[in-house]
Amino acid sequence: MTNEFWSFIFGRLTWDVLPLHEPIVVITFVVVAIGGLAVLGALTYFKLWGYLWKEWFTSVDHKKVGIMYMVLGIVMLLRGFADALMMRLQQAIAFNGSEGYLNAHHYDQLFSVHGVIMIFFVAMPLITGFMNYVVPLQIGARDVSFPFLNNFSFWMTAGGAVLVMMSLFVGEFAQTGWLAFPPLSGIEHSPASGVDYYIWALQVAGVGTTLSGVNLIATIIKMRAPGMSLMKMPVFTWTSLCTNVLIVASFPILTAVLTLLALDRYVGTNFFTSDFGGSPMMYINLIWIWGHPEVYILILPCFGIFSEVASTFSSKRLFGYTSMVYATVVITVLSYLVWLHHFFTMGSGASVNSFFGITTMIISIPTGAKIFNWLFTMYKGQIRFELPMMWLIAFMLTFTIGGMTGVLLAVPPADFVLHNSLFLVAHFHNVIIGGVLFGIFAGINYWWPKAFGYKLNEFWGKISFWLWNVGFWLAFGPLYVLGLMGVTRRLRTFDDPSLQIWFIIAGIGALVIAGGIGAMLIQFAVSILGKNKEWDTTGDPWNGRTLEWATSSPPPQYNFAFTPVIHDNDAWADMKNRHAQRPTKGFMEIHMPRNTATGIVLAGLSVVLGFALIWYMWWLAILSFVALIGAAIIHTFNYDRDYYIPVEAVAEVEDTRTRLLSGAR
Amino acid sequence: MSRFAKLLFVPLVAPLLAGCNAVVLAPAGDIAVQQRDLIIIATVLMLLIIIPVMVLVVLFARKYRKGNNAQYEPNWDHSTQLELVIWSAPLAIIICLGAVTWVSTHLLDPYRQLGRLGPDRPVVAEVEPLEVEVVALDWKWMFIYPQYDIATVNELVAPVDRPIEFKLTASSVMNSFYIPALAGQIYAMPGMQTRLHAVVNEPGTYKGIAAHYSGHGFSGMHFAFKGVSNAEFDTWLADVRTSPDMLNRQRYLEVEKPTENVPVMHFAGVESGLYTAILNMCVERDKMCVSEMMSIDQQGGLGHAGVNNLAPELYGGGERNRSPFGPQKTYVAAICSTDEAIAMTAKLPALKAPNAAPLVGKGLTRPEMVAQSNAPALDWLAGKLAFNQNTPADAL
Repeated sequence: MTNEFWSFIFGRLTWDVLPLHEPIVVITFVVVAIGGLAVLGALTYFKLWGYLWKEWFTSVDHKKVGIMYMVLGIVMLLRGFADALMMRLQQAIAFNGSEGYLNAHHYDQLFSVHGVIMIFFVAMPLITGFMNYVVPLQIGARDVSFPFLNNFSFWMTAGGAVLVMMSLFVGEFAQTGWLAFPPLSGIEHSPASGVDYYIWALQVAGVGTTLSGVNLIATIIKMRAPGMSLMKMPVFTWTSLCTNVLIVASFPILTAVLTLLALDRYVGTNFFTSDFGGSPMMYINLIWIWGHPEVYILILPCFGIFSEVASTFSSKRLFGYTSMVYATVVITVLSYLVWLHHFFTMGSGASVNSFFGITTMIISIPTGAKIFNWLFTMYKGQIRFELPMMWLIAFMLTFTIGGMTGVLLAVPPADFVLHNSLFLVAHFHNVIIGGVLFGIFAGINYWWPKAFGYKLNEFWGKISFWLWNVGFWLAFGPLYVLGLMGVTRRLRTFDDPSLQIWFIIAGIGALVIAGGIGAMLIQFAVSILGKNKEWDTTGDPWNGRTLEWATSSPPPQYNFAFTPVIHDNDAWADMKNRHAQRPTKGFMEIHMPRNTATGIVLAGLSVVLGFALIWYMWWLAILSFVALIGAAIIHTFNYDRDYYIPVEAVAEVEDTRTRLLSGAR
Repeated sequence: MSRFAKLLFVPLVAPLLAGCNAVVLAPAGDIAVQQRDLIIIATVLMLLIIIPVMVLVVLFARKYRKGNNAQYEPNWDHSTQLELVIWSAPLAIIICLGAVTWVSTHLLDPYRQLGRLGPDRPVVAEVEPLEVEVVALDWKWMFIYPQYDIATVNELVAPVDRPIEFKLTASSVMNSFYIPALAGQIYAMPGMQTRLHAVVNEPGTYKGIAAHYSGHGFSGMHFAFKGVSNAEFDTWLADVRTSPDMLNRQRYLEVEKPTENVPVMHFAGVESGLYTAILNMCVERDKMCVSEMMSIDQQGGLGHAGVNNLAPELYGGGERNRSPFGPQKTYVAAICSTDEAIAMTAKLPALKAPNAAPLVGKGLTRPEMVAQSNAPALDWLAGKLAFNQNTPADAL
């Protein structure tokens, strides 16, 4: 066979692109391969494939999709955190002429992929998972508006994650930083497959994110239980609504800007090159017009989680519900007016810079109001220090510091000295870990009993809590100091030996966080496998206030046998106060969506398409694109999309719950 | 900064300063000092609200814990007075901070010429600012001193208390020029120019860095910035002038090639107009300068001739790193002579001006620029190029 034939078949994919010369990657691959084979073997041995396929992969149940999102997020957290540990180690040892243990090619991929994974494939799936799981329950719906779309969205997100993971072993990832600024990310300076992996992974995942945004907006707008006016929605649902509005309004910008970058790289256009009228500054503006709302996409649902946690565990109504809602909406709107603060140093005039600086500061007003609202929710309450509440307190103490350094960075002249420094890195980890991750952990501990019917182990949860908190400050306190010492981010080697001690402390902090993650995994394992589970037979283990606690834990497939009627924004607390009786007879058959494999098939084809485009296998790209369109069309002819749960089945489930409830009392 | 704020600041950061060399908090240039003061003022302003909040979090968490028998009002969820306070307290802080921001952003605008060398030390008119043209290369910094006709790589020396005017550009990718002890950073971007004004007040050697990731050699892309006395500066100039190395276009193209951890280089002379050529991406003589291209376009363009005037890119890996479906990378060729330019255009039929009628609204005049064919552009070009031919190429 001729070379031409092979390069037609495999494009630019050759044996040379496999990172066989990088022992670290090879060892990682071997470990992952052994681990993967073990998992596959176990699944086969225990004959779980059919179960997984039927009950999970093809499921359109929002609860199962939500849990799959969470699993994806936690798996990717391990990958993203492994990258962080490697960076910390490199920066702790690369002093006094030492090159450390990573070459630039590897290290530069690490910080790029760490950012991409943590934002797109950890934080996004985790918050989307919560929104999927909780929102329909909170609004008294049986599923989301478009259940198939939901399954499809999940698999597209997972498909993006698959592409990123592939880049570890086949070819390379971008060495451009997590936002891939041109001209560096252009074909001239980054000719290899890295940036293409970046583009197609985010494009594939972006489809999922955008569609899930559409889906949840429709769900929240159209599927609320009777009586639940907008101002009676639980705060988490409100924040989810705002987040999904942000998603729908901002992710298309990301898609567009990545498409333009792809055109530059594939067909030689000059949108973002430095010549022929192209402007890299355009890319930076566009990507941050998406990028800044993205920050609020992540944090708003966590604010919602904290609102639920604050009122539940203070055993009290949420203070200032109305102002909480308005604060959320104000943040949503303002998040579009601040993007330029990510590049004050690009040379805009003083008036432009101060405008964006001041709009940024204005965001801190509604955010501050929220903090006060949680504070006064605790005031005159009876606070139960369960794990979610502990995470809330930790969040309030940590996040205020992060918010303060954020407002500091919003002062343009201050930003000139702190931009791109480790101070900035410390700041955004301060708000993303202290805000988003802490919120996610609060949410996991809070809603776990709802999803699985028993509480998480408290001992290991507390260990994880303390390790995370101590580890966080150990890891990022030194970065604040280093930033004030004028140390910039993304450096691989250092020649000032006085810096080393700070990097060593930060490295120790990362190890402590590793302990926190380990403790969390043990917490899950102990809780799942342990014999002495704290079973929740009531469906309401925390004395909750919102509608999700009105149904059983885990909720039946149809969530509510009868659609509840809402009179108050703490709907379930209101029902409890009024001694509402749960209906025990008169059930009707329930109309439900049917599972479908189309989502996983379409996402699989998208991954193949992305892979083909990355490696220039044009025949495969065309083929998979045609197949993708074809599969989508074929799905439109699938009329077997729904079914009815018979009355008897509903009655049986509900009777079981009646027995459990009476037993519990 | 007021004395009061300084007093607050000392206990805050003193331990930090003692423990490490926090250059951002103890800089050597007036601009950076003002930026430091701003950081402190902003921090203190925010702590006014942050500290009470954090204290209240801990207090409330303690006081209202279950089993402490504190007051319990499960239905208390609204208080107009409190709501007013919780919205207006941050608002008040932000109004103060916003005012500080507006003023300081204008005063410390990097494009603004210096008004002072330090507190109560206005800039004296006689002192000529030091001009430095900075080029961010892969992966080193080039400094051209147009007033002294010298250039260096990875070494920047400036006299103390003399205002410095930086003009910055880059050769290939974006970068950020940052001397923490001197002043805040500013991006350096290819084909574009940014500016920075600063002054160093304390003699010493400070670190200059690349603050924006720019590729594999990024970590080694730093330089020494030295603040020296006038006499020492003169000695240094003389020293640089003894270098056998001269920076002409060809030498620049050699230096520009990606290299890592580059030692200091001195150039005893610089080809005239080199920085302008770098900025306009036409160091190679057969490339048309961006400025020229922009002037031509402003005059109405060359019509189809402009499209034909492309040459295949031979530099910077344009051939090697081409996009799979793109045409071979090209650039706009320099127009070698007036005759050629006219001949090239004359080959084509004279351009008819596109009829702009459907494009203009009622009451708007027809755009005149393209209406008179491309004659003025050609006339202009002919004149311009004739002028250029009479001038030595170095003076471009």
